Amino acid sequence: MSEPATLVTMELMGKEYRVPSGLTILAAIEYAGYKLVRGVGCRGGFCGACPTLYRREGSHRIFTALACQTLVEDGMCLVQMPFVPVPTKPYDLHGITPQPTTLLRFFPEIAGCVACNTCTRACPQGLPVMDYIQAALRGDIERVAMLSFDCIACGICSSRCPADIKHYAVGLLARRIYGKYLVPPSEDLAVRVSAIEAGRYDAELRKLMELPLADLRARYEQRNFETVAEQHRDHSATQRYNSPMDPVDYQDELEGV
Amino acid sequence: MQLAYYPGCTIKVSAREHERAALAILRELGIALREMPEWNCCGVVHTLTGENLIRQMAPLRVLARLRQQGEREAVTLCDMCFNTLARANHLARTQPDQVSALNATSGGGLDYDGAGEVLHLLHLLRDRVGLAAIRKRVRRPLRDLVVYPYYGCKLLRPTGIGLDDPEMPTLLRDLMESLGATVVEGSLQTQCCGAYLAVDRAGLVTERVGATVEQARDAGAGAIVLSCPLCHFNFATLQPHAGAPLPVLYYTQAIGLAFGLDPAELGLDDRQMEALGRAVPSQALHDLAHARGGSA
Amino acid sequence: MTIAIGANGQSGALLRRVEALSGQRLAQCYQCGTCAAGCPFATAMDVLPDRLIRHLLFDMPGVLEREAFWVCVGCELCAQRCPRGIDVPRVMEALRLIALRTRGDQLPVAQITAVALENLPPIALVASLRRQTG
Repeated sequence: MSEPATLVTMELMGKEYRVPSGLTILAAIEYAGYKLVRGVGCRGGFCGACPTLYRREGSHRIFTALACQTLVEDGMCLVQMPFVPVPTKPYDLHGITPQPTTLLRFFPEIAGCVACNTCTRACPQGLPVMDYIQAALRGDIERVAMLSFDCIACGICSSRCPADIKHYAVGLLARRIYGKYLVPPSEDLAVRVSAIEAGRYDAELRKLMELPLADLRARYEQRNFETVAEQHRDHSATQRYNSPMDPVDYQDELEGV
Repeated sequence: MQLAYYPGCTIKVSAREHERAALAILRELGIALREMPEWNCCGVVHTLTGENLIRQMAPLRVLARLRQQGEREAVTLCDMCFNTLARANHLARTQPDQVSALNATSGGGLDYDGAGEVLHLLHLLRDRVGLAAIRKRVRRPLRDLVVYPYYGCKLLRPTGIGLDDPEMPTLLRDLMESLGATVVEGSLQTQCCGAYLAVDRAGLVTERVGATVEQARDAGAGAIVLSCPLCHFNFATLQPHAGAPLPVLYYTQAIGLAFGLDPAELGLDDRQMEALGRAVPSQALHDLAHARGGSA
Repeated sequence: MTIAIGANGQSGALLRRVEALSGQRLAQCYQCGTCAAGCPFATAMDVLPDRLIRHLLFDMPGVLEREAFWVCVGCELCAQRCPRGIDVPRVMEALRLIALRTRGDQLPVAQITAVALENLPPIALVASLRRQTG
């Protein structure tokens, strides 16, 4: 960060700006003088509010990105697309009985999928979007839930679909149905919740809350993660569809405390 | 023998019993199907104009995936899937430039060399297993069952894709006779049931299904035997109400019954077995229904 | 020598478009009616397939407003039997495509009832959307 930044040329909605390299698209737009009140959110790649469509030199393709997660490039021609209309028929999750045709009932347009794969290629999360729409068509709700798990509902897929499918809403309904009706109940969770409710951990928690920050930090740094080998429960669909997640280091968040 | 298997969407939604029965009879014949780990809808209907190339992407993607998964052949149970995939395959072989054009616009996932092969389960049973081997495996011949084989469209047309003579098919007759069943036939066996008109012109489907069922009844049939999941849906749900409906069986279920398999394993519930029993006072079927003891 | 027959001063543009899309030469048709005689849905068509071809050849008005090509599901019985080798379902598909491209969707997908959507197999919906929406 200490080196002097070189400038790159970014074309935002048809107008050229010189911005320092090394900025995210979001920061570059702000550097250019725009104040974003929509189309910006968590700035951490989780909320899906800042999808960008762009082209770059040397390719005829349209590329997609989250503005907070992607560095600006020289010659980038871009626009923010903060919202894609994806209205959904209202549904009452409590009144739904999961059937193979449930997703088709709320989203009949998925029957128009031509398997062009444009949605998958457009997804800034790298999800197999077309595969989960195809799973929805054949009523495999669990598969839809798992393949769409990391969807942040930015809506780029729906903006690019020739069949006008509402991808992220399909995935969201599938995950809701999966969570309410299909996921096997966790016995461990029930046991733990009742223990918490019975006050078994109250003393321990109070002790932790009274610790000085330095002690708390030391404990945090010494914490252990369960290894993958210990998590061999075969009822975990997440494990079947996804590789085990890397432990996340929350050091940055602690620094700010 | 192990073969790759392309199910198609409807097999997983409204035709699960066809899959169950197919897997059960193939197990008896020493054949295992491995479902393709990732697949998409075939598109159901072959696009009939040369200018609508985007509609070829779905079937070509299935074929491309088959090759990417290291397979050459895939078996399918669905007549529509079979027809659409076989015709897309024909396109890939005769007009590879069209596949290249599609591939160029789709990020490379449609790189397909035309070397895949789509087999209908009936191909497999007739040409690889052979009717003689099926006959040998029969434990409870369907002696008193009178069936009307219904072919519909996509099993037979167009010539070059279809499995049998489009005007005078014998495939289902031969198969049913090898199970010991009595076969009756009629002119409507090869006429369309109305297919997807079930969505917005269901009256036309009911009219066609009604005429076909009437012809089958007049010929003395106790059941209709067919292959296509869309025909099955139309015959099972859009049969006009005039007394008890004529039972509709997938040929895989008929084979399973003749093999002496548990009706439950063939996706046949007590109500269906009772209907079959009513249609035919067959000792073998009667025994099967009672062996389950579920009708009480 | 080319003889152009056109009713109502039309240009023959629709015929040319249908022939280009379908790959069929409609002048091959000698109006025997075999297609109509075998068609399982002829009674539901507002104009029989052989007549529809004649209307195209004569450049009659109103062809694209007909129902017949929406009733046709492409069972291909007529294609199998045509003594002149005309693939009639391709002609029907060409008309559907032209209508879809000029008028938009034929099937109002949003109006299919929830009960129908819960019961219909995907195969029927996919086919219907492919044939009746753009």
